[in-house]
Amino acid sequence: MISLDYEIIADIIEPGAKVLDLGCGDGALLALLKEKKKCRGTGIEIDVKEAVRAMERGVSVAQGDLGRDLEVYGEKRFDYVILNESLQQVLDIEKVLDAALRIGKHVIVGIPNFCQFGARFQLFFLGRVPVTGALPFKWYNTPNLRFLSLKDFRFFCLEKGVTIEKARYLVQRKEVWFFPNLFAEAGIFVLRK
Amino acid sequence: MDAASDIKYLTLGGSLKLKSGITFGPITVAYETYGELNPTKSNTILICHAFTGDSHVASHRSGDRPGWWEDMVGPGKAFDTNKYFVICPNVLGSCKGTSGPISLDPKTGKPYGLDFPVITIQDIVMVQKRLLDHLGIKTLLSVAGGSMGGMQSLTWAVLYPDMVQSSIVIATCHRHTAQQIALHEVGRQAVMTDPDWLNGDYYGKEGPKRGLAIARMVGHITYMSQASMERKFGRKLVGKEELGYNISKDFEVEGYLEYRGQSFVERFDANSYLYLTKAMDYFDLTEDGQSLADVFQGVRSDFLVISFTSDWLYPSEQSRTMVRALKANDVGVSYVELDSDYGHDAFLIDFGDQTKVVANYLARVQNDKAGRT
Repeated sequence: MISLDYEIIADIIEPGAKVLDLGCGDGALLALLKEKKKCRGTGIEIDVKEAVRAMERGVSVAQGDLGRDLEVYGEKRFDYVILNESLQQVLDIEKVLDAALRIGKHVIVGIPNFCQFGARFQLFFLGRVPVTGALPFKWYNTPNLRFLSLKDFRFFCLEKGVTIEKARYLVQRKEVWFFPNLFAEAGIFVLRK
Repeated sequence: MDAASDIKYLTLGGSLKLKSGITFGPITVAYETYGELNPTKSNTILICHAFTGDSHVASHRSGDRPGWWEDMVGPGKAFDTNKYFVICPNVLGSCKGTSGPISLDPKTGKPYGLDFPVITIQDIVMVQKRLLDHLGIKTLLSVAGGSMGGMQSLTWAVLYPDMVQSSIVIATCHRHTAQQIALHEVGRQAVMTDPDWLNGDYYGKEGPKRGLAIARMVGHITYMSQASMERKFGRKLVGKEELGYNISKDFEVEGYLEYRGQSFVERFDANSYLYLTKAMDYFDLTEDGQSLADVFQGVRSDFLVISFTSDWLYPSEQSRTMVRALKANDVGVSYVELDSDYGHDAFLIDFGDQTKVVANYLARVQNDKAGRT
């Protein structure tokens, strides 16, 4: 089963587009884009085991570090640069996002929403750090370095002068439209600069 | 067929202008092939061997002597000889059938010795190109190699961009560093200060056995890692129960190096050792003052670069430098730094992920090619 965020991203991207997936994991999204959209794609992944798995799926991937390995690419080299569930795991978010906006005509960012009502409930009433579908980790084993809401991300883009071209919001297997910062577990933004 | 006739020989017509400016010939190339060339001649993979390797990359049949990449090459293996036509030539300057210092100089009827011209990785590759021209092969699905073989693979992609569709570059670099040159120089000095070296004119005589063995001992240390040596030998003693407190061998690692040095002398020519280490030391794709990104500008091949975590002789940073320069040119490049504590030797002995990665990469290159046409 293809997860909804992959479906949405595949829906956004035009056929034949040139794509760079930052933090591509096991390459499932790239494989989907290659098969469904005939995209020419490549990925960067820090974990060698994931990179080896991505190669098993028949996608091009270079093991690397987002903080170091984006400088070499020329301006607007890719139609889409994807940061799905990876931006909140990098240390220098501004540097990585700036680089992505420089090398990509469009940047797709998928982030978990730390302020979805379930998370708010756990924080406020239970007094616990929230664990939700999009934030499945415990405080001691989460790979996430940053915890932000969809609204936080919108403000961040505004401050940085980044245009949000599209936004889609989802909860588990459904898309949501109303009060996304309250109801959505994750958001997918298409950015441009 | 017996083993000897698996090696084919081609003597190139005319002579070759070497990088040094010297024109040299005739040149004989020894090579072995595996699998069948398909009717469109589009399934050829050139495998380039490392420093002391040879054309025998794998066995040809059950019972045949195993090759130096036996686990990687054969029916159903990463370099699947049911699908691919694999060619492995012995390099120029070696002593395993292709012309080298040990070959007979037709002018004198004696081995060349130091009259053999100094050669470079580019010269080695040009000889391979002449072999492929002779075989009528115009495209290479892949050129693959580790260490010095990786240098050849890189050089192929730069010199003949229209011919190479993919390049597999393992545990290598684009230019030898001072440290790499220094380690080679220790080996060369060990050979050349052996009184039996006789300025390279030792054929038919004793030969610099002691010097060559010491050179190989140093080499072996650089091919292993601290962890692999510790696991293999630790502080185990050899042939004794307790420390001898004299200057004889105490530790197993000493005995091992002695053994490896001695057995190497039986199978390798000291002058070839000098020439091939020199060829590697001369290797520098950026020698004309260009940046590596500029050097890769014309490259059309897709790349797979592999390095190993414990390889301190060709550290991963050298591979990452190549990956960055390729990316700067929009060249497709896959890269993994595989976990291994075997040191530089990993490309010859640690096959778990290596076979998987190479097999998947080749399958993708073939699929993508089929998708485009």
